[in-house]
Amino acid sequence: MHYAFHFNVVWDHWRELAQGAWLTIRLSALAMVIGLVVATTCAYAKTTGPSAVRWIVAAYVEVIRNTPFLVQIFIVFFSLPALGISLDANEAALAAMVVNFGAYGTEILRSGIDAISHGQIDAAKALGLTRLQTFRHVVLFPALKIVFPALASQFILLMLASSVVSAISAVELTAITNSLQSTTFRPFEFYFVAAGLYLVMALGFRAVLGGIYWLVFARRGRI
Amino acid sequence: MSRSFGLPEFVYIVAAIRWTLLLSLVAFVGGGLVGFAVAILRTTQSRILRLLTTGYIQLFQGTPVLMQLFVFYYGFAVLFDMQVDAWPAVALAFTLYAGAFLGEIWRGSIQAIPRTQWEASACLSLDYLQQLRFVILPQAMRISIPPTVGFLVQLIKNTSIAAIIGFVELTRAGQLMVNVTFQPMVVYPLVAALYFALCWPLSLLSRFLEKGIDANLGVKRPL
Repeated sequence: MHYAFHFNVVWDHWRELAQGAWLTIRLSALAMVIGLVVATTCAYAKTTGPSAVRWIVAAYVEVIRNTPFLVQIFIVFFSLPALGISLDANEAALAAMVVNFGAYGTEILRSGIDAISHGQIDAAKALGLTRLQTFRHVVLFPALKIVFPALASQFILLMLASSVVSAISAVELTAITNSLQSTTFRPFEFYFVAAGLYLVMALGFRAVLGGIYWLVFARRGRI
Repeated sequence: MSRSFGLPEFVYIVAAIRWTLLLSLVAFVGGGLVGFAVAILRTTQSRILRLLTTGYIQLFQGTPVLMQLFVFYYGFAVLFDMQVDAWPAVALAFTLYAGAFLGEIWRGSIQAIPRTQWEASACLSLDYLQQLRFVILPQAMRISIPPTVGFLVQLIKNTSIAAIIGFVELTRAGQLMVNVTFQPMVVYPLVAALYFALCWPLSLLSRFLEKGIDANLGVKRPL
């Protein structure tokens, strides 16, 4: 092996890489927030809704969890325009990520909701809370606390999976890296650094999510 | 003039399942060997071995599979100044990826076995390897089967990412057929349905197996 490393080429393009990483972070964070809303709605529907609604939610969760994310992106970006729904690359990437995270989140939240004992819900009823109030204060909040670590892991997986949206040329970190390496002919250096950036982002997000857990749940003590 | 989507196109896509399955199988077997070694090493007393294996898992779980593929396929080609074929590069990348996840799953299973089981077998004057072989692993194996099957679903879905570097499997075959028929509305949902047909039975199996394991992780609770 007599290969001369030229990491200074990568350094020359740090601005573009940072832009790509920033889009990855924004896409992931936005997909997480919207996806969590989708997941909460679906988990609520799945635990309290009529059987038809439950069935639809179950089908959504199963279909998304048993098909590859890449194919989901292709359907959103290439197939939906045939139905008159045209999204640009970034919108399609976000939509696919929301749909994907929503399905996993639904399943994770549902398992947390199942862990809430029935006595709690009966007690809430006895206190005259409405169904929505019960769901929000007695079921959702403690359930979120229980499943928070699982949600955090799923979110990291989503952030890493977002590299795949480069396939529809959304210009996040992977796509930027691709175009930079092809103009500079330094694939090893660029991919090495980009992989390192993903690792740093994964660790960073883990730390931030740990902080959120501490702020929102841990300080309030046992529920 | 584009071709219409007919029987030959359908057969071409369905036949590409064999490459998805073969790649999944190679990665699962290879990753199983790597993962087994990693799981054992992570539960030993040696600090250096634990550090090395933890680093390996962090690296492969903290970076996108796509980045790992790029490094192995494009990066190593220039690094070692040679032609890298798609098959070995893709197989190696997915093997190491699977090894990191399986290693982590199996480490958890080994560590879920109560300390007392080790102590009891030490009292019976079994040496370290005998303890593993006759007492710990048979119990750990029972716990590890459902998450292992669950990971197999993950692996099959993720082999779709190999399509991005041009490796012909199910997703890539779909892309190729879209290129000649211009019918993404037909092709991608078909591809998704085929993945679903592969993965859903495995997901159901994993869930079914999980029910067979009681809350004490398959170990009888001491009185």
